[in-house]
Amino acid sequence: MRRNVLPGLRLSLGVTLFYVGLIVVLPLAALVFKAASLGPEDYWRIVSSSRALASYRVTVLSALGATVFNLFFGLALAWVLTRYRFPGWRIVDAMVDLPFALPTAVAGIALTALFTTNGWFGSILADLGIKVAYTPLGIMIAMCFTSLPFIVRTVQPVLEDLDPALEEAAQSLGGSDWQIFRKVILPLLTPALLAGVSLSFARSLGEFGAIIFIAGNQPMSTEITALLVFIRLEEYDYQAAAAIASVLLIAAFVMLALTNWMQSRALRYTVRG
Amino acid sequence: MGATRTGRKPPRVGDQPLFRRMLIGIVLVIVALLIVAPLVVISVEAFSKGWAVYRDTIIHPDTLHAIGLTVFAAIVAVPVNTAFGIAAAWSITKFDFWGRRFLLVVIEIPFSVSPIVAGVAYLFVYGLQGVFGPTLDEYGVKILFAIPGIILASMFVTAPFVARELIPLMQAQGRDLEEAATSLGASGWRTFFSVTLPNIKWALLYGVVLCNARVMGEFGAVSVVSGNIRGQTNTLPLHIELLYHDYQAAGAFAAASILALIAVFTIIAKVALERQGAGRVRRPALVANSAEKTQ
Repeated sequence: MRRNVLPGLRLSLGVTLFYVGLIVVLPLAALVFKAASLGPEDYWRIVSSSRALASYRVTVLSALGATVFNLFFGLALAWVLTRYRFPGWRIVDAMVDLPFALPTAVAGIALTALFTTNGWFGSILADLGIKVAYTPLGIMIAMCFTSLPFIVRTVQPVLEDLDPALEEAAQSLGGSDWQIFRKVILPLLTPALLAGVSLSFARSLGEFGAIIFIAGNQPMSTEITALLVFIRLEEYDYQAAAAIASVLLIAAFVMLALTNWMQSRALRYTVRG
Repeated sequence: MGATRTGRKPPRVGDQPLFRRMLIGIVLVIVALLIVAPLVVISVEAFSKGWAVYRDTIIHPDTLHAIGLTVFAAIVAVPVNTAFGIAAAWSITKFDFWGRRFLLVVIEIPFSVSPIVAGVAYLFVYGLQGVFGPTLDEYGVKILFAIPGIILASMFVTAPFVARELIPLMQAQGRDLEEAATSLGASGWRTFFSVTLPNIKWALLYGVVLCNARVMGEFGAVSVVSGNIRGQTNTLPLHIELLYHDYQAAGAFAAASILALIAVFTIIAKVALERQGAGRVRRPALVANSAEKTQ
């Protein structure tokens, strides 16, 4: 290896490690330590209580629903933004980032206002017999909103870089549009789609601000796991809060590992393609 | 219309007029319902009780205090995070050391962790049940349920923001220019300010803008560590929740309209910076040595 002549390794790495250690690692370690101090039996009793299980169920199912919706809608949106030019496409492209820029509490009260039974959408849906606000459907819509940009923004660059020659070759071989999409384009998009899906799902699992306003927050039915942690804190039940928070933390780490694995796969795929 | 990038070439997949129009139509309707409508409803609800109520909410001392605290948190957290982002990007892209990829993953952790988990984690460091809490309490240092806690929690959730913009870019730019500057006798700081910084300024600003938006809007983590003391430790997002649960919906939306405006300005700044080339090397590039392939 070449000798590195650049200065500043000690300073920059020192600052980085100190900051990461103090801001990121120390608090998470303290949380794990607190949860671990419970002992296996107590820990298991808390994290497998029926109320906790119900919260995992509603969180995971809503996150799954939101991710599936965003998979289709995000792909369609990325497709429209890269393939078609229509008046105002730049504005639509910029608007995609709104869910990231808008604070979650603001999104939460705005979505609630839209979907309560006397809101703009809620009143129409109520006539059809569909209730959104204060039901799991509301949780799903809040998750759809906050995690929408992930899939669009991971798929978009891959679609932009797609070589038109691949499609032309498939067309010259007589493939229909649907066949070419399914057999040529979709396989090339899959790694990016999967990476976007895992990011979107991870975000939905941990979302709090946008959801608590629209969810109704009834234990056993519309109480998400993040809220249950918050409630245990307000009851001064710190051990239970630590235990349930550690479940969310483990889920986050699993998703992080999965995302990194998928992204490195996606990159290898791009290089080969 | 019709002026696609393919020019006069044969139509690409999905270019049939009917399919094209239908897909654009469906997507635009969903964008209008899911993204535009929330923005519109905020402004409508904010002014639903008239201009006077709107003005009274904004100039109420509690709201002004919340705005001040939010701005203060950003003034402290954003520059510190920026310095960290630059240090992290410099060490990771200009040197090879053992554990470099692992460090990248650790910096990314706050992206995947629920803000509530972040808040609870800080409780177990600085709270009375925490590691340092009792000692700090003895010396009368108050971190939780006070401003330092709010700032620390904001720093946690935004820790990766600047670093993730700089790392892929600096990776792509390589080390040649800096090595040339150093071998000509420039000091490390001189090399950074005269050689590196001009090349990364837009990406840096891009990261700073996004970091600032997140600090000002953070809700979950801050709501755990702040204690929600009205007129003391209430940031603007927390103030919105408080007004909302106080059945002052118009007031809550009035306060929310300020944050919505900041979000709109953030997006405008983002688009402007993207025209300068920032944000081109996107997220997947945070995985080591990927930047070369993105372009």
